[in-house]
Amino acid sequence: MAHVDFFIRNVSWQDRTCDLLIGEGRVLELAEAGTVAAPQGASGTEIFDAAGLTLLPSLIDAHVHLREPGQEYKEDIASGLSAAAGGGFGQVMAMANTSPVNDNASVTRFMLQKAAESFAHGPWVRPVGALTVGLLGKELAAAGELARAGCVALSNDGLPVENTELFRRAMEYAADFGLKVIDHCEDPWLGKGGVMNEGEVSSRLGLKGIPTVSEAMQVARDILLASYLDLPIHLAHISCRQSVELIAGAKERGVKVTAETCPHYLLWDESRVEGYDTSVRVNPPLRTRDDVLALRQAVRTGVIDILVTDHAPHAAHEKEVTFADAPSGISGLDTALSLTYELVRSGELEFADISRLWCWNTAAIFGLPANRMQPGDPADFVLFDPDLAWVATAGALLSKGKNTPCLDKEIPGRVMAHFLGGRAVFSRLEAITLKRP
Amino acid sequence: MNWRHKDLLEISQLDPDEIAHIFETAARFAEVNQRPIKKVPILKGKSVVLFFAEASTRTKTSFDMAGKRLSADTFSLTKSGSSLQKGESLKDTALTLQAMNPDAIVIRHWDSGAARFLAERLDCSIINAGDGWHAHPTQALLDGFTLHQVWGSFAGKTVCILGDVAHSRVARSDVELLTMLGARVRICAPRTLLPAMVQTWPVEVFSDVAKACEGVDAVICLRLQLERQQAGLLPDLREYACTYGLSPRHLEKAKADVKIMHPGPMNRGLEIASELADCGASLVLDQVASGVAVRMTLLHLYLTRARISA
Ligand SMILES: [Zn+2]
Repeated sequence: MAHVDFFIRNVSWQDRTCDLLIGEGRVLELAEAGTVAAPQGASGTEIFDAAGLTLLPSLIDAHVHLREPGQEYKEDIASGLSAAAGGGFGQVMAMANTSPVNDNASVTRFMLQKAAESFAHGPWVRPVGALTVGLLGKELAAAGELARAGCVALSNDGLPVENTELFRRAMEYAADFGLKVIDHCEDPWLGKGGVMNEGEVSSRLGLKGIPTVSEAMQVARDILLASYLDLPIHLAHISCRQSVELIAGAKERGVKVTAETCPHYLLWDESRVEGYDTSVRVNPPLRTRDDVLALRQAVRTGVIDILVTDHAPHAAHEKEVTFADAPSGISGLDTALSLTYELVRSGELEFADISRLWCWNTAAIFGLPANRMQPGDPADFVLFDPDLAWVATAGALLSKGKNTPCLDKEIPGRVMAHFLGGRAVFSRLEAITLKRP
Repeated sequence: MNWRHKDLLEISQLDPDEIAHIFETAARFAEVNQRPIKKVPILKGKSVVLFFAEASTRTKTSFDMAGKRLSADTFSLTKSGSSLQKGESLKDTALTLQAMNPDAIVIRHWDSGAARFLAERLDCSIINAGDGWHAHPTQALLDGFTLHQVWGSFAGKTVCILGDVAHSRVARSDVELLTMLGARVRICAPRTLLPAMVQTWPVEVFSDVAKACEGVDAVICLRLQLERQQAGLLPDLREYACTYGLSPRHLEKAKADVKIMHPGPMNRGLEIASELADCGASLVLDQVASGVAVRMTLLHLYLTRARISA
């Protein structure tokens, strides 16, 4: 067996107490506690007793907005990655709506270089290239160049491609480079200019609504295209029951469709907009209680494959405006694991679902490395304290974006340490020191 | 009991007793408004800012007159043409206004929730003079007061609100007020101008104007914004006028003493036939007069948080 660099004892893994052995940046063994002899007297082995802590694979977030280049006052790659490190995310897929747009290799390389300068040993940025030049929906972006530069998927997120013929060609062209297309499903006309879910609450508050059919219409279009072309498509931040039903049907027929949703769609409904709280303005909007229940079931049953944050940091002054004026988005990296854990605590999800929804399925969909706790897997993992609640104050959030409905609220469970390649990239534990260059 | 509210943002903040008190007080101010000298010193030394980000001559004039008749100093602030820069955030505008230390700010703004936005940040009273499609509580109170003056009670009365309900803050506030006072409310509009999930509103919904007016005691016509046609919500304005504009034939089966109202300014011949606007059943000018009395009452209550006399 390789040299043991790290020996983590008594950690809770899927309802068992285990010992984890790490060497040369990889998992050597994960075994029932006490069944593996501690490397007695071996020099250079750190031993840590993790009793009370829960082991998770390092998470992957397939949908974040890092704002750099262009809007560094909202977030930059360094601050975004430190939020990722502290939130338990080892890899984040950064959307292309930067300024300039990530539609060419120089922007992709810039992002990767910035990331390497601030976090040489991860968390890793996995850039998502633009599907069309400038996200304008007029010409295909150079998918080959983007793939070679390091993009792991393509998306026009936020600005859905209106021209269905162009969207079809984009799916075909991207497939040649093994890049999946991620689509933000929103009909460009239905609900245009809307700011919240169309329904009883929007009518009472006098806010322009976005109907669920605006999303479902585009979900249906994408499924039909994916089926016709026999190509994969990944549907971003699904928010409503109608979409879930369409996806479930498509999966049954063998269409290569995968889908994501965010913790906020599983936790909160449109009633949160009462009082015009801009921290819950998101696109797609928070829907009804019925939609929330449908999404929870879809996540449990695998109709929705993965969770993402749609981390969308904004500056405080941008959200301190009227609801109609506020930009869409919730800053999510810092709180995602706690919010997911809230669903575990309330019995909506099981602990094992966290690994599946936040890591393994995501890695499988986008062809990314992941730790499945098998010998030889990258030693990317999180030590999580489920019993420690914390208050998400502005100071406690590592992202520059403090725009979350959790601000100043107590949320359960905290990341205590985060390892990538066997090194601690984040730690709140005195016994575990950060190893950063 | 003192007037317990700092701000007037929407009708649902009030209870029927408070509304009754507003009507009683407004009746007294209506009487003041008939005197040769129409000024009382109740609010001497108080200052009221009229902050109209969205233009509205009549509501602003009504508040201005109400304030002056109570001897308050009123200051006008419009978004354009003032010292407040275009593009300044509402928060900065609010802080600027706060620094001037007024006793009340009357706000009209194109965004729903704008009045609440100020109320949450400022210490002075905020009176909502219309925010987006959301609420226009002073209009609802003056509509209610106008009908109260005629009917005395809302029990057994049926009111039809006709026109673009979806985009109307007047309609939302009228529905809240009239149902709270015990009237039955109908709304009538083409489907494209009805709010989403209208079935959750405490109203009966009609698409046929004549049917909607059967047996009603009053019809409130709403102003049609001409851009609704460009937005694809209506075919053309002639079609609207012929189908949904209130005309005498629609009122054949209404109560004999049916009343007709309109918050103004009216598009004559579009949402209301000109002859109806001017006929004996029309309360349109009474609404304007009531408006001043109601707004005097509100300024009085909110600025002095006066004792409510039983
Ligand atoms: Zn999106």
